[in-house]
Order: sequence, then C-alpha cells, then structure tokens
Amino acid sequence: MTATHDEVTAAPVGRRTFLKTASAAAGLAATGLEGILAAGRAPAYAQGTRLNIVRWVDFIPACDVELKRQAGEASKALGAEVVFEFINANDIQPRITAAMQSGAGPDIMHMLHNWPHLYANGLLDVSDLAEWQSKEQGPFYAQSETYVKVGGKFMALPHSIVPGLIAYRKSWFDEIGVTTFPKTYDELRQVGAKLKKKGHPYGQTLGHTFGDAPAWGYPLLWNFGGVETDKNGKTALDSKGTVESVKFMQAFWKEACDEGGLAWDDTNNNRAFLGGEICATLNGASIYIAAKRGQDKIKDEKGEPLVRDIQHARLPAGPAGTWSYHTAFAHGVMKYTKNPKLAKDFLKWMHGKEQYGKWFQVAEGFSIGSTKVWEQNPLWATIDEPMKGFKTAADNSRVIGFAGPPSAKATEVYTKYVIIDMYAKGVQGTKAEDSVKWAASELGKIYG
Amino acid sequence: MKKPIAGGSGGTAGLATTLARPQELHPRRLTRWLESERLLATLLLAPALILLGLFIAYPFVMGVWLSLSSVSVGNPGEFVGIRNFVKAWNDSIFRTAFWNTSFYTFWATLFKLSLGMWLALLLNRHFRGKRIVRAAMLLPFIVPTVLSTFAWRWMFDPTFSVLNWLLYQTGFITNKIPFLSDGTYGMWCAIVVNTWRGMPFFAITLLAGLQTISTDLQEAASLDGANGWHRFWHVTWPLLKPVTVVVVVFSIIQTFSDFQLIYVLTGGGPANATHLLATYAYQIGIATGLLGEGAAISLFMLPVLFIVVWLQLRYLRHLEGA
Repeated sequence: MTATHDEVTAAPVGRRTFLKTASAAAGLAATGLEGILAAGRAPAYAQGTRLNIVRWVDFIPACDVELKRQAGEASKALGAEVVFEFINANDIQPRITAAMQSGAGPDIMHMLHNWPHLYANGLLDVSDLAEWQSKEQGPFYAQSETYVKVGGKFMALPHSIVPGLIAYRKSWFDEIGVTTFPKTYDELRQVGAKLKKKGHPYGQTLGHTFGDAPAWGYPLLWNFGGVETDKNGKTALDSKGTVESVKFMQAFWKEACDEGGLAWDDTNNNRAFLGGEICATLNGASIYIAAKRGQDKIKDEKGEPLVRDIQHARLPAGPAGTWSYHTAFAHGVMKYTKNPKLAKDFLKWMHGKEQYGKWFQVAEGFSIGSTKVWEQNPLWATIDEPMKGFKTAADNSRVIGFAGPPSAKATEVYTKYVIIDMYAKGVQGTKAEDSVKWAASELGKIYG
Repeated sequence: MKKPIAGGSGGTAGLATTLARPQELHPRRLTRWLESERLLATLLLAPALILLGLFIAYPFVMGVWLSLSSVSVGNPGEFVGIRNFVKAWNDSIFRTAFWNTSFYTFWATLFKLSLGMWLALLLNRHFRGKRIVRAAMLLPFIVPTVLSTFAWRWMFDPTFSVLNWLLYQTGFITNKIPFLSDGTYGMWCAIVVNTWRGMPFFAITLLAGLQTISTDLQEAASLDGANGWHRFWHVTWPLLKPVTVVVVVFSIIQTFSDFQLIYVLTGGGPANATHLLATYAYQIGIATGLLGEGAAISLFMLPVLFIVVWLQLRYLRHLEGA
C-alpha cells in the first residue's frame, strides 16, 4: 500500500532522519550526480521542474529513441522532468537566435560545427564538465575542443563527431574496371565521368544545408591549397589554389555529377543513393546503416540487398593534401536557464561513459566519440567491414576558418554559405576567378 | 404621489417629477462617463489601440531601432546610424534579392490577377455544382502554405520529381528539367506555386465584386448590341476597378513580403538565386544572428510598399472623384 501525500507530509521527522536527509542534500549540492546516486534519491528540485533539450533529428532514428528512453531514466534519477525536442538541423540556428534574444526557451541546445564561438555570449561556461569528461574519457579530439573553447573556456560540452566518408557502389565501380576507390580528385573526375555516361552520376549537394555541403566544400578548398584566412585571421581566399579548386569543381560537376545537387539538402543524397540514382556521395554512415536496417526492402537492380554493395572511402587527395571536414557536435547550456545546475547534472549523466556508451552502440558508427577512448569501444570489433573506416575518420579534420584561429567570423562565413556558394556560382557558369573574387569580397566584409 | 405626464407637452420639470430618477437605476458617475462621447470613444478604441500598439507599433519601432544598431545575437550592440543600410545596399546578394522580390511580385501578381479574373467570370455564370466548385477553388488558399509548398517541392524534386517522370514517360523530355536546381527555373517554379496559392483570393474577391454589378446593365448593353468583350470592357471592368485595385494592392504587399513559400521551396538557393528580401533578412538576422543587418534588409521593403499603398489611395480617391 502506498502512502498518500498527506500521510507523507504528516509523518513526524525525527532528529536523526532530518540530519541524514540534510547531510545527503548537502552532499548532493557538493558533488552533483555522484551525490544523487550516493543519496539514493532524487535531488530536491522544485516540483514540476522541467529540463528542455533541443537536438537535431538524428539520421539514425534509433539514436533519438535511445535518448528518449534515457530521458525517462534521467527524470527519475534527477527528480526533474527531462524532455528532448528533435528538430531539423537546418532550423537549430534560428531557434538559438530566437531563444537567446527572448531570454527564454530550451535549457540545453545542440551545437554543431563551431557555433559556440558565435553564441558564446549566451552560453554558460562548462569548463568544469569538460575537465570531468576529459578525465573520464581522455583528451578531446582537436576539432571537438577547438570548436567549443572560446577565450580559454569551454562554452559547450563536446559530445560526438559525425565523420563523412564517400559511400560508393562497389559493383558499379568494378564494372568499369575500378577496383579501388580513386586516390586523387583527378582520378575521381575521370571515373565519375565514365559512370555518369552509364547513368550513374556522382551525387553532391551544393545547396544551403548544414552538413554535406560544407563537408565537401571546405576540404576541396584546403586540398587544392586554398585557405579561408591566413594564420592571423586575415582573408586569404583569393589564391591560385582556390581558383584551381573551383575549376576542378566546374569540370567535375559537368562531367561526373548529378546536376540536381544544387537544390539538395542533407537528405537528398541519402534518398538518391538508396534509390539507385547515384554511384557515390560524401556522407555520414547513415546510408549504409539505413540500407542494412532496411535490407528486406532496399535492394539493388539485381534484387540483392543494397547494403552488400556499399563501401566507404576517404576523400581523395588534392595537390595540397587529403584533409577532410567532419561535423563536431556539442551541447551548450543556455545562460538564461533557470536550472543551470540541473542542466549540468544532466549533461554529466548523458555524457558519462555508461549512458553515452549505450547511445554510442545504437549509433553503430554513424556518430563517434569526441575523445579517442571511444576508438577502443568493443563496437569496432564486431562492426561490418565497410564501417571500420569511421573509427579513426576524425583524425584528418581541419576546422572552419582555417588557417586562422577559430572565431565567430568563421561561423558567420559558414552560416552564410559563402564557400559553398563560391562553388555553386562556378558550376552555374560564373568564371572561376570571378567566383573566387566574389567570395573573397564577401569574406572581406566579414573579417574586415 | 407621482403626478401624471401632461399630454406629452410637459416640460422637463414635469418629467423630473413624474419619472424615476436615473441615479436610482445606474450609478450617477458611470452614466456621466458614458454620456461623454470623447470618453466612450476612447474606451471603445482602447482594445484596438492596445493590440495595434503591441503587435504592430512595438515590433515596428523595435525593427527600426535594430536596423540602426549593431545588435547581434547575445550582443546588445550600439547605435550605428544608417551603416547597416549602406552595407546592405553594397551587398551583391541583397541586390539580387531585391531584384528577385520585384520580379517575383510583378509576375505572380499579374498571373494571379489574370487567372483570378478569368476564374471569377467563369464562376459568375450559372451551372450545375456551382457551389461545390466555388468551395473547391478555395482549397489552395485554405491549405497551410508550408504544407502545400512541401507537396510542390516533392513534385519539383531534383531526383524524384513526378513531373519529370511524367514528361519523360510521355516522351516530352529526354533529360530532367532542373526545376529547383537552376536559378531561373527555380524562380519561375516559385511564381507558379505563388500563383496557384494566391489565385483563389483574387477569384473570390472579384467574384464578390461581380455579383454587386446589376444584371440590368449587362442586359441593356446586350440590347444595344455589345458583344461579350465590349460588355466586359465598358460595363464590368469600370465597375470592378475599385475592387481590383484593392485586391492587387493587398496581393502586392503579401507577395513582396513573402517568406514561407521560398523558405520551404528553395531556401533561397541555388546560390542565392531565389532569395527574396524576407528570406535573405531571415538568413542574415535570424540564422546568422546579425539582427541589426537583418532588420535593415527587411526595412528596405517599407518604402516600396509605402509607395504602392500611396498610389492605391490616390487612385481610389481619383475614382471616387470621377
């Protein structure tokens, strides 16, 4: 029989009971989540306290299901209602702006790329949590740390990285005698041209979309020797390397690509690949995972499960290197939150090895950890062969704004899609030199 | 004992003695207030004024202030005069967006007016199922813009467009039409969707206008030997002009400040080729967080719309005078 509310409140509190409870509460206040667990009861957050977290809609739907499950557990452990809201990644930035300006909204926001630099004024310093996380899970990957560290302080807590590799159709490449994925951009252009003639173009977005467009555009710039800024943060885009990268893109687009890519968002290439429309595309592992989970329905032209024909490769090399860009994810606690301690306690719970490990397993390699320790996870021993490349994919990532220091201005360039539009203008007929000049002038307005 | 009223010719003194005293029925002060026209008018107007102040004037003043400041997300900013306007004017994407907005508004309004008028004239005739057709015609206008635009986006999908499939299967095309992946096509697709969505508003309003025109006038013109075109041009159109002017102005205002349709259909792409002032202001102000610059871009719409409304009022006054 359960006690009624009146019975509970009417129960006499003895001196010993009071001291025990008070010391547990004091311990909780001092030690956060450890205190909660040690006390064996939920902390004394006011009744009805709610913690709202906004995250992107994951490309692996099971990851969001797992987080919802974890929210239930966290609600019990923390004594407050934890609620996730999942929205389109392209809508997160507008949501952050609206929330920061009105001083109300979700307590925790998903931070992609180097956004914490742009929103630092509206975020709480979580350096204490970052210190705890790196103690528990080892040092962060450079990009994860660089993207959230503003003025020496962690303004968001690194969570994961979604690496991008090129998913391609092995059998179609084999058919034209290409048994290993092209090692250079020029080889990729030649191979792509042959495949496009056979009705299997390469798929790449040059649209205004958060992930696949920058993951292609920025490395293309770097690998041909172009940079956004010099080491002092001054615009250095207008260079021979940048012009060469645009010229490559113009030829590659015409000869090898599905030209509808100008209007694609991050989901179009997934659908096009799974629908057998394109031979290859730069993407996270979501194409492979979707093909695997839906292998009863997603078949190739021979009626075999498509997943068996998918392989992954790194971006090819350009004259100046083989850099990639992998999207880093973090969680930022909003400065206006009325529950800063609860928000931090929850992040500690969610980012902790135990809960994070469960989510990491569900992600099946689509998302990797923000620290190297996750490369040792047992998942990698049992994962399918084509997925193994994702384990260490994050090791060759440069950051937006390279070669200058990370800054809010680099975020502004990213958010305005200047680098992507430079390539988009080029493939639409603007001379390579003029596209670069236009982009350099836009960067000049931003960097000054 | 009360005295009787003397045949209705009694003076006020007589009334005062025979009728119940007003203050016995209502509080004297409230009565006095309500009898004051100025006060009553203020009371009746107050809710509307409060609403207008809260939802029109305050955001407008805030917008003007933001446009004159360097406010960005999380940064209170400072007064910078007209710097944001100058920056916008020198921005090539802004100029593209301004041109796009004018182009989009002109063609979409023209199509909506022509097709809306045609539809209104058809629906003004008597035929079986007239009511059902009239109700069905409103569907594009009733369905939320975001939903219907999503449907159009699917139809124009770069890879799986049903229109491309249909045209290919029927032998009209051999290559896909780049509906949304080419700037020019993208803009015309947006105009088509806007026309589809806005035409019912024109049709239903013009239809209402048509129904106020006496059939006697049409019959008289027929008896004088006027054909269909002459009846329309010399009888219907002059009488429909005031309604048409009002509808066109409303439509220009709505189309010039359109946001949802472009945001969902093209997002302003490819490479900013379909950005309108509203979508570009949103990208700069809300997505990038440069609130001052975004407000300045959106305020560029004001003088254009002001001129349109001023011309409309002038024209209506002219019609009234005539």
